[in-house]
Amino acid sequence: MTLAGRTAAWWARLRSPRLPATPLCLPPWLPTGPAACERPYSSHGKEKLDMSTYPVESIRNFSIIAHVDHGKSTLADRLLEITGTIAKTDHNKQVLDKLQVERERGITVKAQSASLFYNYEGVNYLLNLIDTPGHVDFSYEVSRSLSACQGVILVVDANEGIQAQTVANFYLAFEAQLAIIPVINKIDLKNADPERVEKQIEKLFDIPVDECVRISAKKGTNVETVLQKVIEKIPPPQCNTADPLKALVFDSTFDHYRGVVANIALFGGEIQKGHKIVSAHTKKRYEVNEVGILTPNEQPTHKLYAGQVGYVIAGMKEVTEAQIGDTLFLYKQPVEPLPGFKSAKPMVFAGMYPVDQTEYNNLKSALERLTLNDSSVTVHRDSSLALGAGWRLGFLGLLHMEVFNQRLEQEYNMSVILTAPTVPYKAVLSSAKLIKEYGKAEITIINPAQFPDKLSVSEYLEPTVLGTIVTPQEYIGKIIVLCQDRRAVQKDMVYIDEHRVMLKYLFPLNEIVVDFYDTLKSLSSGYASFDYEDAGYQAADLIKMDILLNGNPVEELATIIHKDKAYAAGKFLCERLKDAIPRQLFEIAIQAAIGKKIIARETLKAYRKNVVAKCYGGDITRRMKLLKRQAEGKKLMRKIGNVEVPRDAFIRVLKRQTDK
Amino acid sequence: GALGLVRGAGVVVSPPPNPQSGLPGGGDVAVPHGAPCPQWPYCRKRCSYCNFNKYVVPVVDEAAVGSCLVREARTLLRLSRVQRWVLKGGGRFWGGGWGAFGAHLQLPRSLPSSVTSVFFGGGTPSLASPGTVAAVLEAIAGAAHLPADAEVTLEANPSSASPQRLQGFRAAGVNRLSIGVQSLDDAELRLLGREHTAAEARGAVEAARGLFPGRTSIDLIFGLPGQSRDAWSRGLEAALGLCDDHLSLYQLTLERGTALAAQVFGGNLPTPPQDLVADMYHIACAALLSAGFRHYEVSNFARKGALSTHNLSYWRAEQYIGVGPGAHGRFVPWGEGGCRREARVQTLEPDAWMREVQSRGHGTRRRTVLSPLEQLEEVLALGLRTDEGVPHERWGRFSPHLSLEAVFGAPGEAAELQQQGWLVLDGGGLRCRREGLALLDSLLPGLLCQLQRGWARAAAAAHGDGTPGRISTGDGGEAAPGIAGAVSGGSGE
Repeated sequence: MTLAGRTAAWWARLRSPRLPATPLCLPPWLPTGPAACERPYSSHGKEKLDMSTYPVESIRNFSIIAHVDHGKSTLADRLLEITGTIAKTDHNKQVLDKLQVERERGITVKAQSASLFYNYEGVNYLLNLIDTPGHVDFSYEVSRSLSACQGVILVVDANEGIQAQTVANFYLAFEAQLAIIPVINKIDLKNADPERVEKQIEKLFDIPVDECVRISAKKGTNVETVLQKVIEKIPPPQCNTADPLKALVFDSTFDHYRGVVANIALFGGEIQKGHKIVSAHTKKRYEVNEVGILTPNEQPTHKLYAGQVGYVIAGMKEVTEAQIGDTLFLYKQPVEPLPGFKSAKPMVFAGMYPVDQTEYNNLKSALERLTLNDSSVTVHRDSSLALGAGWRLGFLGLLHMEVFNQRLEQEYNMSVILTAPTVPYKAVLSSAKLIKEYGKAEITIINPAQFPDKLSVSEYLEPTVLGTIVTPQEYIGKIIVLCQDRRAVQKDMVYIDEHRVMLKYLFPLNEIVVDFYDTLKSLSSGYASFDYEDAGYQAADLIKMDILLNGNPVEELATIIHKDKAYAAGKFLCERLKDAIPRQLFEIAIQAAIGKKIIARETLKAYRKNVVAKCYGGDITRRMKLLKRQAEGKKLMRKIGNVEVPRDAFIRVLKRQTDK
Repeated sequence: GALGLVRGAGVVVSPPPNPQSGLPGGGDVAVPHGAPCPQWPYCRKRCSYCNFNKYVVPVVDEAAVGSCLVREARTLLRLSRVQRWVLKGGGRFWGGGWGAFGAHLQLPRSLPSSVTSVFFGGGTPSLASPGTVAAVLEAIAGAAHLPADAEVTLEANPSSASPQRLQGFRAAGVNRLSIGVQSLDDAELRLLGREHTAAEARGAVEAARGLFPGRTSIDLIFGLPGQSRDAWSRGLEAALGLCDDHLSLYQLTLERGTALAAQVFGGNLPTPPQDLVADMYHIACAALLSAGFRHYEVSNFARKGALSTHNLSYWRAEQYIGVGPGAHGRFVPWGEGGCRREARVQTLEPDAWMREVQSRGHGTRRRTVLSPLEQLEEVLALGLRTDEGVPHERWGRFSPHLSLEAVFGAPGEAAELQQQGWLVLDGGGLRCRREGLALLDSLLPGLLCQLQRGWARAAAAAHGDGTPGRISTGDGGEAAPGIAGAVSGGSGE
């Protein structure tokens, strides 16, 4: 079937909403060529689609999952083009990645969906592509998206082969019992070796070699086959329009003019404007204003039917009203709610402060607006004697933190101080008094100031992750040393082919939050890939390390750290401080201490000369300006004993180091 | 021939003394100094470390520049209503090709006021012709009283200081020479981008000492990238063998935008280590002290009483007039009814400056009225650079109602610094100890905080509303109606 034929079919279908749902015969005389590939709806403006022509049997809901850069978004672009959802041009790059940060980094952060129309062997199919984020930080988004799917396309690069995220994504889909279509992409590349990759897939995932589809998403080679496999191998959703409405909320966005736009998958019944619906989670009642499908832009429809995927706008004012995993049903027709999602748990915390305190309110409102669309970030007010008023934010992982920060800068033009990330530790209390005080025996510690003394604790716990590393074998030695240095325990080691090895390690989370990924990349010349998943808490020998200036502790620099790492970390912090604090009139001892024991020391020598050489008639105005600025700055300095520490020094020490 | 004029030609002017006499302003009215500083803004070559306002141009219309300096000097002298002045050219107008040259006139504080010194600065003022210098001096003498013994200094570069030229300058009325030797090592001179050799510098200094005995000063720079302690000691020894009775030793400041700074910040040259540079300074202070010099300011040394009258006037917060492109001044424009001290800056760019002088008589680009507190801040920050510090008498002239004792005698920053041995407050006044002088920039921010607090307290006590009001008379205690705040764009005659 030609592209033109399909487009024409949609025209016909759209023009006559009462067209039967039976397979269409496509008139062969319709025009062909690029002009015929325009979006079927674009010229119709606000005309609503009739979705009743797509019964459950003709619907397929699927995701594409892949390691970063293996071509997921390119394949999505081709699928959108082939099905005429978007016009075929040279500019379709990451069409579903709408955020600037996604396009710049070539990653997907926010799940998007698009409904595709495709005629195969005379049947009109509705294929709902639910695009998922590629990075492990967003695996909660992945699992949320997968719950609306019956199958996935697993894309693997024909040159790079299986990578760490391929493994993680595969297991997510496998555990959700979804149909899996392995696709080997980039076969047009010079170094492509699809046979090798097919063997890896067979060895690791137990999928027969002949089930893999070899494609080039870039050139469009074999992409049609992928669509056909989607129809053949992925089962239609199991549900019925005759049942009462049962809609799963799998994502939501916030629109300033229309309020919350909730993405839904219908597991039963139908929904249309005017329906009174109820949230199973909040029990709140709403009236539906608009329903539609995503193409990928919002396209209103008359109704949505069981098995279909789309959006609903129903006067919800806050994203929290459209809780991910919530079930919507008709007023007075309650249904058994679908199993909800675990809410995303922050794995990494960092302090965020305005560069200038006068920017506090602007930053506050930017944070509020951004978290409207990213409810996975937790926000708690915090303040630091050195950095002023700010927040402690919880993120799903490091990339999530970076992306959030970048979005603040790009979309809200806010420049912030982000402190080095920390992880949530726990303590099991042994002191009856403390247990009574906290109301529980196990407490989570985010701020080192709350670190309870060893005497009142039976054990400290630290969060761990199960890390997957896939690497060419020549780097194994170095990687094993790196992992041991990070206190990781090897759990598995498999040769996925003659040259590549998959390693599994149990890592303490705090050992990978700062620079692990960059170090791994640089010692493997960029070839090793890494991914991780939450692996719960383990007992750990944790201590609180203080930093002292001339014997006085600096509250904002106290750190919770594993005993084995204290010496190196203390030395590092002291050295950084020595560079950051300006010399003063007296010598300053910069020390790291555990309790009363000093474990590292640097000495900042006193100034011996600090006076500008020339100060004549022409220099005086400039000189006075500088002196008065310094006098002003002095009033703002944090005084630790007799030592004056400028805010800037704290920023330099506390700030996350990005230039490793 | 090339013409050099005053870069910062400075004239220090002394206004009449008694604040209680109905004559306005203490600080700016009473002391017998006034310093015009004509600026010659041109240089023949750009030095690698210099960020002054200077211009290297192929041809300078010396006659035009000279007549503008003359005209501006007259205008500003009339404005300050100084009848007798001291003129200093220190500025931007002398130059190689041509750097800025200007004259600073120092205004005396006695009545009738007179010009107490003149300093021709730059740029490279020795590039100007003696005739131009003579014309400026004549203009000053014509507009105000310029006593025969007033200090008249000219900044000179060894490469434009032939005996003939120097003789010409002396005939024009110059009686003191400040020679930019910078180093007596050819490799160091190349690093600094100087166009003269050590031998030429020696020749120039010897010639100058013959013509201006006891009144020849030399400048040296230390703390160059890669310079060792020993190299500096050797250079110092050589300089002591060559010099007259005045020496200025400047630690190299790496100014952004200069070629030398770019090389150091870019990693092509080593950063001079702080402790090494401190050693060099202390070595030099000790060596000069034992050679009989008085360390009278952070970077200045003199013996046999050969202190620079003109430069002292800056540190003593006296009045001066800046003449020439980019020249700075501090004076009370009595001539137009002002009664508060103003900070003034002349237009930087020579051609624009000339157009302004030709059309308005002066090229004042910015005028800022200094509040009594701002004047006190300058009195403090500048005075502490000298070995005499800030005497009670001077402080009292600027602040008759809030004494030095009242501000710094109470517990606070100054008391702590005294305890630590950096500072002294006694019957003479407030000054740095020898060790404290080298650390002055670390002492000043705290002292300024203390001054600002003391001022605010006194103001609140006087008014109950926190405005300083009448607690000071200074030069400008009573503000004249019609002048308020900063006035831009100059004005004038």
